[in-house]
Amino acid sequence: MAGQSNDDLPLRTPLYERHVALGARMAPFAGYDMPIQYGKGILHEHLHTRASAGLFDVSHMGQALLVGPDHRTTAAALETLVPADIAGLGLGRQRYTQFLNEQGGILDDLMVSRGPDPADDGKLVLVVNAGCKEADYVHLDLNLPDGVKLERRDDKALLALQGPQAVAVLARYDEAATAMGFMTVASLTIGGIPVFVSRSGYTGEDGFEISVANSDAVALWDLLLSNPEVEPVGLGARDSLRLEAGLCLYGHDINQETSPVEAGLTWSIQKRRRTDGGFPGYRRIMRELAEGTLRQRVGIQPQGRAPAREGTEIMDMNGELIGEVTSGGFGPTAEGPIAMGYVARDFAGVGTDVQLSVRGKLLPASLVPLPFVAHRYKR
Amino acid sequence: MTTRYSKDHEYVRLDGETATVGITDYAQEQLGDVVFVELPEIGKTFAKGDDAAVVESVKAASEVYAPLAGEVVAINPELEAAPGTINEDPTGKGWFFKMKLADPAEFESLMSESDYQDFLKSIG
Repeated sequence: MAGQSNDDLPLRTPLYERHVALGARMAPFAGYDMPIQYGKGILHEHLHTRASAGLFDVSHMGQALLVGPDHRTTAAALETLVPADIAGLGLGRQRYTQFLNEQGGILDDLMVSRGPDPADDGKLVLVVNAGCKEADYVHLDLNLPDGVKLERRDDKALLALQGPQAVAVLARYDEAATAMGFMTVASLTIGGIPVFVSRSGYTGEDGFEISVANSDAVALWDLLLSNPEVEPVGLGARDSLRLEAGLCLYGHDINQETSPVEAGLTWSIQKRRRTDGGFPGYRRIMRELAEGTLRQRVGIQPQGRAPAREGTEIMDMNGELIGEVTSGGFGPTAEGPIAMGYVARDFAGVGTDVQLSVRGKLLPASLVPLPFVAHRYKR
Repeated sequence: MTTRYSKDHEYVRLDGETATVGITDYAQEQLGDVVFVELPEIGKTFAKGDDAAVVESVKAASEVYAPLAGEVVAINPELEAAPGTINEDPTGKGWFFKMKLADPAEFESLMSESDYQDFLKSIG
């Protein structure tokens, strides 16, 4: 995912100074100077998130509002660009979906939520990938009908608090956090700071993503970090956590060529949309749902200890090329190498033995169900 | 025993004709948590600069180059099961392999300890 900023200097989130003060190793990501890891390292941060609670700065992601006269109108506008049922999104609910191109390829993946307050009728909250946000906003501006407007919320930062202790930490400040279900949203007050929170994330754990005014971001960060359960976690562990959880990373596991069906995201296309269509790439997606895809995203378990990285070729047992790894590395909770990738349909069954071409050697691996580490969402 | 250093952040500790090769504390710090190491086979001969080993962190794979020409005479058997040893004790228990140098005089071409410390300062 190639990030872009408007000049040569990387952008900074409101928490940049905090990352530097915490001794983070900073690196450019999607045009921002972001913390890759803090002093204790990726393994520690990963395991801490699964055991307790990790605090992530994900303010580089794009936050925006769609504003129309009523839910029906705004939802209908968004539904012309995504395959999810947005009209059926209830008050206070969140859904995962994708912007699709005319060929059914994925332009970006995003979270869409509808606030719990009926007074916000007609507003939808979008969170999109940092590296895609400028293109997404152009896409929306070009395609939204009169009467539905895009409002960038560059005035907002985004923190993620993830892990089994996340709910206990937030509930200390606002008891309403406890009752929130998975993929719901609410307005909370944390230490006097107003925030908009979703109970979701990118780690496979229970947790929250917390949208806050840029001007309050440092105070909120400091407050959450003051809890003994909470440690800062960088983008390095964010990647290993989401890989273990089997979650796609845009620009790697999904891109403008892959369809949601190939990517195993069919669950995010609700029934009404499959029947009625009305989104870009509908014909391809209906054909793939009916007849199957040419290739499928799969989990890959190398049998040895060597990680297979993105770009690794996948061979069948006769040495014929059948696919490619799109994300691969070491899973600290899985305690070994793990990978995801695409293989030709005939090979995509769980249990298939394959070979991975790593540095000129063919290493044995097998196809396994995703995720590698069971999700522990609030249900 | 004398230890010298390459610009790729390997150390070479010479004892007679046998050189012990590993990566420096700076290198392990830059890599982060090491999760996998691929070592050369005993008996393999390298020219200076050949790919000799691979060290992988959670994030990425990095090559380790032969700092000098020679033949591999031993590899560290502990690293396969405990690659984190490279983070914990890079210049001690975390050594990679031992080589019989093709030309022990070549050892002098590597940086001394003080030259290496200056080199680290120069790269910030």
